[in-house]
Amino acid sequence: MEPIIKHTGNTGVLPRVNVDTDQIIPKQFLKRVERTGFGQFLFFDWRFLANGKDNPDFELNQSQAKDASILISDHNFGCGSSREHAPWALQDYGFRVIIAPSFADIFYNNCFKNGILPIRLDEEQVYKLMENGKDEVYEVTVDLQNQNITDENGFEASFEIDPYWKEMLLKGWDEISLTLQYEDKIDQYEEKMNV
Amino acid sequence: MTQPKTIIEKIWENHTVLSEPGKPDLLYVDLQMVHEVTSPQAFEGLRISGRKVRRPDLTFATMDHNVPTENRASITDAIAKKQMETLSSNCKEFGIEVADLDSPNNGIVHIIGPELGLTQPGKTIVCGDSHTSTHGAFGALAFGIGTSEVEHALATQTLWQSKPKTMEVRVNGRLAPGVTAKDIILAIIAKYGVDFGTGHVLEYTGEAISGLTMEERMTICNMSIEAGARAGLISPDQVTFDYLEGREKVPSGEAFTQKVKEWQELATDEGAEYDAVVEIDSSEIEPMVTWGTNPSQGVGVKGVVPSPTEANSSVDRKAIEQSLEYMDLEPGTKITDISIQHVFIGSCTNARISDLRAAAKVAEGRKVADGVRAMVVPGSQKVKLQAEKEGLDKIFTEAGFDWRESGCSMCLSMNPDFVPEGERCASTSNRNFEGRQGKGARTHLVSPAMAAAAAVNGKFVDIRNLKEPAFK
Ligand code: SF4
Repeated sequence: MEPIIKHTGNTGVLPRVNVDTDQIIPKQFLKRVERTGFGQFLFFDWRFLANGKDNPDFELNQSQAKDASILISDHNFGCGSSREHAPWALQDYGFRVIIAPSFADIFYNNCFKNGILPIRLDEEQVYKLMENGKDEVYEVTVDLQNQNITDENGFEASFEIDPYWKEMLLKGWDEISLTLQYEDKIDQYEEKMNV
Repeated sequence: MTQPKTIIEKIWENHTVLSEPGKPDLLYVDLQMVHEVTSPQAFEGLRISGRKVRRPDLTFATMDHNVPTENRASITDAIAKKQMETLSSNCKEFGIEVADLDSPNNGIVHIIGPELGLTQPGKTIVCGDSHTSTHGAFGALAFGIGTSEVEHALATQTLWQSKPKTMEVRVNGRLAPGVTAKDIILAIIAKYGVDFGTGHVLEYTGEAISGLTMEERMTICNMSIEAGARAGLISPDQVTFDYLEGREKVPSGEAFTQKVKEWQELATDEGAEYDAVVEIDSSEIEPMVTWGTNPSQGVGVKGVVPSPTEANSSVDRKAIEQSLEYMDLEPGTKITDISIQHVFIGSCTNARISDLRAAAKVAEGRKVADGVRAMVVPGSQKVKLQAEKEGLDKIFTEAGFDWRESGCSMCLSMNPDFVPEGERCASTSNRNFEGRQGKGARTHLVSPAMAAAAAVNGKFVDIRNLKEPAFK
């Protein structure tokens, strides 16, 4: 996985609450057996009109949100199913960081496992970022090492992150190799519990 | 004396392989269930890195999400077909038992686990599906995982998990007639919202819960995820043990007696403390109908569609406005004035035999209303067989319902079953999200009896007013 250390990018603002995984990647696109190529279907029902053209009203289709790599949304982002196609689609589309006041649990964890950094910030700070980014191109810098977000106009916010996940992202580690270092412990457990 | 503990803490401790400060715990997985949609990329990952499945014997696979419910012999969707074939070949390659389309054990993953007795008290159970919480009804710690975790659990039989907080969800008093397990869970979520359980494992307790059958308990635990919790469970008791005795994957004779002894130790100790407690009184609970696009947006059948002005926060107001627009409903509309064009009785929430019996009781001797398409999709092939033995299929078809093969079907409409844009469906499933049952489809979540009653009336009715009461 590609490590995330410090990331500067344009923001995409999606000021909706409870954005669920069915919206992030509608289920008609889940039938693939590959891991890549889901970005083209991201937010499909919102993003495209029935005739297949871009929906001009959809937030991320606005010119200022083009090439956004940092998504800013509202409460309970990623609620719904445990499908990892949601982070795959977000990542394949180009998002590396998602900022919201709150996330759904499973989605939040799935982000880390797929090289996306989810950041919980206070509502006020999220709304400030939304305000700045909703009508014009707005770049921010996310510094994972120092756990803060800054822009060129003096915005600054720090965020919390589990040290375990922080390290994984900083190093771009694969979790399975990490676990297999403890294989003897798993053997011992199986023996002790007789499984 | 040792400190009293909740069942959640007991199971956690029994499964901790490694615990180091500042890190999640490494938790052992007793059972992984696998299905065709969230597993192909996990197997692909194993192959790429040359890894094996550590414990194929603790892994079980089925096909459910995109199986056709009409003609199983001809799968017209090429990609769905490919997913099912991929699962079969992956299971063969890695030595995993699979209940494929020809197997009498085939069905929705969360229905067949308990049916076969794979689901047992005290186990840690995972599956790449968020309704894995269903298995918690047996006093198991069961939760949904994503595909990377599926791969991780296949390769290592463990997962890194942060110890969750615990929450007691107490349901006091006894249920009124006509009120079902589905109404309990919808009422809890309506009262406390879609994220009150975030970061917690829920334990359902109280008189109303102990009085439920295993199938009803599964309905409750199933929707824990709709409350934001990854897992929800119920301490095992005699009802649990009676359900399990004699099932295919459950030990028998002396070994069973021994198991029961172990299981009895699991229940939450008296005086154990939870990190949080919420309560609901059974007398508050009525047959529920959701009017919005998340499961907390529901009211009793005698109620009305609320107005955004009633919201107690701006987030709520936004959510209500978004929902009313999508659902095309006006504030103040009586629930019993909402007419529907589709009815879906099925899903891992409500497609077990008792659910079909409850629906059949309402359907018996009545006819599906004009302009309504209604279908019944049993949760597993075993449920289907049992229902046919009891003649429920006849009751349904005579009333004008479609009687189908088992599968997830219109719960998420990955197979050919869906609700057309702008039309309304009374559904016994668990999610009423935008587009869940088809693009632009409008879903109202209800219990099986309420769904059947909506089918024969063309609109929502209070089942307690039906002439021959269809409930006790
Ligand atoms: S019935 Fe619905 S909720 Fe249950 S496993 Fe299938 S798709 Fe998921």
